[in-house]
Amino acid sequence: MTEWINVILQGVLIGGLYAMFAAGLSLIFGVMRLVNIAHGDLIVLAAYIALLVTQGLGIDPLTSLLLVVPIMALIGYVLQRGLLNFTLGDDLLPPLLVTFGLSIIIQNGLLELFTADSRKLQAGAIEIQTVQLTQGIWLGVLPVIQFIVAVAVIAGLQALFYRTALGRAFRATSDDQPVAQLMGLDTRHVFAMAMALSLAVIAIAGVFLAVRANFDPSIGPARLIFGFEAVIIGGLGSMWGTLAGGIILGVSQAIGAQINPGWQLLAGHIVFLAILGLRPQGLFPKVSG
Amino acid sequence: MTVEHATPSSRVGVVLVAGALIVLALAPFWGARETLRLLAEIFTFVALASLWNLLAGYAGLVSVGQQAFVGFGGYLLFALVMLAGVHPIAAIAIAGPAAALVAVPVALLIFRLRGAYFAIGSWVVAEVFRLLASQISVLGGGSGISLPASIVIAMAPSRQLREFELYWLALALAVLVLGAIVALLRSRHGLALTAVRDNELAAQSTGIDVTQLKFVVYVLVAFGTGMIGAMIFLMKLRISPDTAFNVNDWTAFVIFITVIGGIGRIEGPIIGTIVFFVLRQALADLGSLYLLMMGAVAIVIMLWAPKGLWGLVAERFSWQVLPLQRRLVSAAETG
Repeated sequence: MTEWINVILQGVLIGGLYAMFAAGLSLIFGVMRLVNIAHGDLIVLAAYIALLVTQGLGIDPLTSLLLVVPIMALIGYVLQRGLLNFTLGDDLLPPLLVTFGLSIIIQNGLLELFTADSRKLQAGAIEIQTVQLTQGIWLGVLPVIQFIVAVAVIAGLQALFYRTALGRAFRATSDDQPVAQLMGLDTRHVFAMAMALSLAVIAIAGVFLAVRANFDPSIGPARLIFGFEAVIIGGLGSMWGTLAGGIILGVSQAIGAQINPGWQLLAGHIVFLAILGLRPQGLFPKVSG
Repeated sequence: MTVEHATPSSRVGVVLVAGALIVLALAPFWGARETLRLLAEIFTFVALASLWNLLAGYAGLVSVGQQAFVGFGGYLLFALVMLAGVHPIAAIAIAGPAAALVAVPVALLIFRLRGAYFAIGSWVVAEVFRLLASQISVLGGGSGISLPASIVIAMAPSRQLREFELYWLALALAVLVLGAIVALLRSRHGLALTAVRDNELAAQSTGIDVTQLKFVVYVLVAFGTGMIGAMIFLMKLRISPDTAFNVNDWTAFVIFITVIGGIGRIEGPIIGTIVFFVLRQALADLGSLYLLMMGAVAIVIMLWAPKGLWGLVAERFSWQVLPLQRRLVSAAETG
């Protein structure tokens, strides 16, 4: 029994990481109806930037966030204004193909620069520290921090969306772009700010991913898929839904892995497809796609 | 008034295509073994790109999960040939309807997703296929399996004849796929598809059942993709989950080929495949930089020439290689 409770708790904690993958994806889809195929590869890019920062400055991964987050946000802003804004329009194909091309470019660029070797960020003693919850149930300190950060990120995004001027601009552009423009909003800037925010979230997710496990240039697409599954399970447009979606995905994978190591990813995909079949609008829907 | 498909350029085009086909069919008599292998690979990519073009360029279903059907076809070939003793050519023929059958429940699921989410949903399905394939231990599980030499040797009396047989098979399949696409586009349904390509909403308002049309196209494309997948892995003689369901080989390349050549036009994938292979032969030594450049070229084309290389030519000179356009011709003109 305690074994299963442990498995489920691990799943919940990893679900926080998946929610962070999903939040950035959901944010830009909500604001500009763009699905960023390069999302997963940008997560891996953030992990490599954190690797350079931690090695170059000799600081620990969590401190490196102070640098990695603004760097990624800047990349996001420039990427949106310099490239992705030109792909937006009625046609679905350009943003999809351009971000797909971007995904291939990032993957192979990283491969060229860092080779295919597996890397990992070293966070020191905190990596192996645990706290005992009750008899037989232990939680890693790092996964708990990761989960708390994920909740904070979601809460922060939620507050930003509904309590700030920028959030109002996001919602206005999301509801009706031409009218938002008529009201004096520069949508090119609003979109770029949304992408900057999305990549800031990606930076946090990338650092936690890199501390938790090995990474190499090829693992991006799988992260995109996890994030996407969490978005759909949770329901489009709902920030707290993405957290629920991430947790459901994390728990499904943990249970699958417990039954048979080969079923970890499969269990997650099956739960996703089952929810898509039974409740295509997701569990906590807010907008229709 | 009658409807005419042909234009002066398409009359020249059809003659050129027929000539090229004769030259290609005779390739075993003029080409070395390496040439035949390269050409056969080109044929499979022309077919895959043409099928993806039909799906994304005409029906607006941008799938990044077609590797699901390539891998399915490949695995089905290995299973039928190795476990059931079916002849490889019969296995290719079975792979088509089997892939179409599998595509029906897949379509019912992922058609619930719209636009770009459909794209990633199709990718998830391909991942599920890959993970399932790695669970099949009789076919090598995660590490894959080779086709036994006895089966390969039994295909033809000599090695040379086997090479010829595979070459002609690849050519025949590509011609079959392209011929089917041309026939479809010239039919009533092709007119509906072209209308959907140009404006989905307008097409719907003229009474076209857009969802049903897309469903049928998806299943038909799976049919063709499954057969080509079986053909590809009959030539490779070895299959593994990672090669069979590879998103780069069977989707990224195919998308780049179609975009570079010209999406939404039958000639596009053919031009794109030629450009792709010329670039590959020239830049193969660059390794991952080559892929990086392909990505960049595709982005540049998408932004500045969204109709691709053939789109530029076709619009400048209003050429069409195959008689697909419809023009109303008055009786006086034809008489």
